[in-house]
Amino acid sequence: MHELSIAASIVEAVTESASAYPGARVIAVRLRVGALASVVEDSLQFCWELASEGSPVAGAKLVINKLPVIVHCDACGVDSELEGVQSFRCPRCGELAADLRQGRELEIESIELEEPEPNESKRMESETDKPDPVEEHI
Amino acid sequence: MTTRIVELRRGILKKNDELAAGLRQRFTSAGVLVLNLVSSPGTGKTAFLELTLRALRARGADAAALVGDLETDNDARRLAASGAPVRQINTHGICHLDAEMVTKHLEGWEGVSLAGLNYLFIENVGNLVCPSSYDLGERIRVALLSVTEGEDKPLKYPGLFNSSDAAVITKIDLAVPCAFDRDLALKNINEIRPGIRIFETSAKTGAGMDEWLAYLAEQAKHS
Repeated sequence: MHELSIAASIVEAVTESASAYPGARVIAVRLRVGALASVVEDSLQFCWELASEGSPVAGAKLVINKLPVIVHCDACGVDSELEGVQSFRCPRCGELAADLRQGRELEIESIELEEPEPNESKRMESETDKPDPVEEHI
Repeated sequence: MTTRIVELRRGILKKNDELAAGLRQRFTSAGVLVLNLVSSPGTGKTAFLELTLRALRARGADAAALVGDLETDNDARRLAASGAPVRQINTHGICHLDAEMVTKHLEGWEGVSLAGLNYLFIENVGNLVCPSSYDLGERIRVALLSVTEGEDKPLKYPGLFNSSDAAVITKIDLAVPCAFDRDLALKNINEIRPGIRIFETSAKTGAGMDEWLAYLAEQAKHS
């Protein structure tokens, strides 16, 4: 149920970051979400549409990159990926492994912006701001 | 048109995390041990906390509680009967407490100063999912489950159990009528959070409270 709060936080953070690129449109937002982050993907997608509507990031696609749990095993001294979140045991030796190295992430990795070509915008500026040189001669 | 990728690498709940870090620093410098109690609705958080507050006060410790609910101040009134200062946080529909709500409710709390407390309990909204994402600046997160809820609760809610520092099984006086499989419950908790401290308690009979209070006293020494 907290997916709406999370979606609203993403809209706020992305709007803030994108404001540094005037004229650009946000077309995608990439997230890193750990298997233990307690976030339901479908629910977050649904809430994203609601939360972004009418905001500067409306229409941007939300791409969720799910991260498996990685634990460090004290017995083996090795980090291993777990297949699920039902048992925190080292897949190599079967010992319980409490040392979590990945799985709780809930972050915005990157945003993808679409912006006008630099020379395209310059040409547009020169066309609108400066008088046509040909006209000057007339 | 061209596309540009801007790396952000920022936590979605960064604002909450920053506020929680500030709270944690305040709690540490005030020397108060702060615990965040999380469970489903109906596990018996309030009854367990009421008994804890009474016992701590009887031992001469200063303890206070913030209690979160969507609506009503029923729990605050119940807890206040222990004699400890209690403040209700009504979230009005929000399914978890966050660091901002805690910060606001610490302000202007009549008769309570953090430096004068040994323990501050934060009873979260009854929910085993959402509170796991919101750091409240606590030092100890306690997951509670009752014998009436089923032994597989930790497996169903691994996010919360894995992020907890202690687990409390409540209502053990009902273990027999509920055919509660104690060994299975302990095994499941340990599979999700290996090595976690587990307390088996009853607010009705007082079972397990001595062990719990000894744990609190031992943890408070390090506050």
